[in-house]
Amino acid sequence: MSVPLKSPLKSFEFRREREKTWRELEDLVSRAERRGLKSLPADDLLRLPTLYRATLSSLSVARSISLDQNVLNYLESLSARAYFQVYGARSSLLEGIGYFLRRGFPGAVRAALWPNLLSALWMTLGAVIGFLLVEANADWYYSFVGTGMAGGRSPAASTDFLREGLYDGADSAADMLFHFATSLFSHNSAIGIFAFALGFALGVPTVLLLFYNGLTLGAFLALYDSRGLTWDLVGWLSVHGTTELLAIVLCGGGGLVLAGAIIFPDRETRLESLARRGRAAGTLIMGAVLMLFVAGFLEGFARQLVTDVTSRYVIGGAMLAFWLTYFALGGRDEQDGDD
Amino acid sequence: MATTDAGANSEAQPRARSERRLLTPEGVPLIFQLAERGERAAAVLIDLLIMFTAIAALVLAFYFGLGWLRIDGVAAGLMILISFLIRSFYFIYFELRWQGQTPGKRALGIRVIDRRGGYLRPDSVFARNLLREVELFLPMTVLFLPSEGSQGWVNLLTCVWVGIFLLLPFFNKDRLRAGDIVAGTWVISAPKALLLGDVAAEAARRKGHADEIDPAFPFSRSQLEIYGIYELQTLEEVLRQSGPQTAETRREVASRIQRKIGWAGEDNVDAERFLQAFYAALRAHLEARLLFGERRKNKHSRKRPGGEKA
Repeated sequence: MSVPLKSPLKSFEFRREREKTWRELEDLVSRAERRGLKSLPADDLLRLPTLYRATLSSLSVARSISLDQNVLNYLESLSARAYFQVYGARSSLLEGIGYFLRRGFPGAVRAALWPNLLSALWMTLGAVIGFLLVEANADWYYSFVGTGMAGGRSPAASTDFLREGLYDGADSAADMLFHFATSLFSHNSAIGIFAFALGFALGVPTVLLLFYNGLTLGAFLALYDSRGLTWDLVGWLSVHGTTELLAIVLCGGGGLVLAGAIIFPDRETRLESLARRGRAAGTLIMGAVLMLFVAGFLEGFARQLVTDVTSRYVIGGAMLAFWLTYFALGGRDEQDGDD
Repeated sequence: MATTDAGANSEAQPRARSERRLLTPEGVPLIFQLAERGERAAAVLIDLLIMFTAIAALVLAFYFGLGWLRIDGVAAGLMILISFLIRSFYFIYFELRWQGQTPGKRALGIRVIDRRGGYLRPDSVFARNLLREVELFLPMTVLFLPSEGSQGWVNLLTCVWVGIFLLLPFFNKDRLRAGDIVAGTWVISAPKALLLGDVAAEAARRKGHADEIDPAFPFSRSQLEIYGIYELQTLEEVLRQSGPQTAETRREVASRIQRKIGWAGEDNVDAERFLQAFYAALRAHLEARLLFGERRKNKHSRKRPGGEKA
């Protein structure tokens, strides 16, 4: 083939000079797409960013000098594919989890301090109102606690029955407890994720969910209080409740973060504000689901096996102290480098 | 966002409604095609199918494998746990591991990217998939397991509520679902384009002359100034296509061009050769004009000295 020294088609000259780079990048990217970036040998891995930048610069030049549609499309597509590889997920799953536990989760909890407090406030409000209403008129109990949830624990039940409910389980077989624990976990985390996702509807359902949860709690307290079983009930609840209620508060807080991003977008557009704060809220919820997992096991095992009130308070108190310390201090020593 | 830089960057502007421009950290804008809603629905269906198959296989395995071990509690517990993990983490796991793709998305050639052009961050993946709980799993529960004992209007409200989430991608131009809005992501289709030969250069090489411009067809400057870039690229498509009707199409296109530019040469030239020569000459001419900062979009855009239409 005779090679002309000078061609009137500059775009063809341009292509001939750089085509080798493009082909090399295409080969690398195809291999990375098929078998993952890690399968590439070290040399190729080092070449990738260089080739990517060279191709990106080719694209930039081609856009302004070439009218060959095929070359343009090819460069667009190749640059995009290389871009996905170069700027793909930065960390492996394990690294991501490590970072999440060390800094991401406690940081997200601190960042959403006010929504979390607001969420806790709503639940407390629900509990107080539920308590007062049921204390004044026991019939309210039936409105707040569904029959399925009550499981016979109603104002009509005898004090002995209620007391037994708090302390039975010690003789249950361990495998049944496991079943119990996991079903509690998946039930509770579904509620938690709901509380978060419903924040999208301006947070109204989130607040209602939190409030209703509080009402149920308050109603229970009032029922047991009327029989002089408060101390026992709080012990029974605290084993898992300190973890579980905190997690539900965090889920509600995440939902309120979403709602806040829609209602008060500050200087950003609503879309930008949702995108930025929604990500942080997502981290919060992942952590809360993890907490609910812990709570499910505490509820399924520890509560059923430990029937001594003092031990129950110790476990519940220790968990509460642990979570609060973790949220307050976790990841603080390192520089917080968001974005 | 695509209103500034009209002069310098106009060639890197989105052309169609479904194209989005994204600035890479290197400062070169890339153009992506938003994934079709149908593609996304198909991808989700594939993923759901995989998830349910996995869960069903699991249930069967536990039922037959562990039933005789008489540890019903543990088996049932494990089953609930693993089903929950699959349901909640299937999408998160794959989108993290395959850089924004799940098996369904990979099958359809679409993927998730960050709207601002940065890394696809783990918290984005968490947030966009946690919202599936209300967007996808809640509607499925409502549709397939009607709750007994609830009033009609409650059901109606639920359906409206579910419908809003389900149809959200139809109500915004970026085809965002609630999860995308919250996570700041786009779902785009990333097709592979192949690098084909250069139409002008290939033709010249086949005919054995060194220059891309065929000497048998001298076109005058005024003849080349009739068409713009759109027509050039349409001609490129005509020249690249192959099939039973190719020859006829080319004859027709050639005669139309000849009429339009007032071709004075012989009437019975080889259509393909004529088109190749015209393509090469037109491209050389338009590319030369590009260097002078004149980008002529199509035959209707009027020629203006000193740059393109503002």
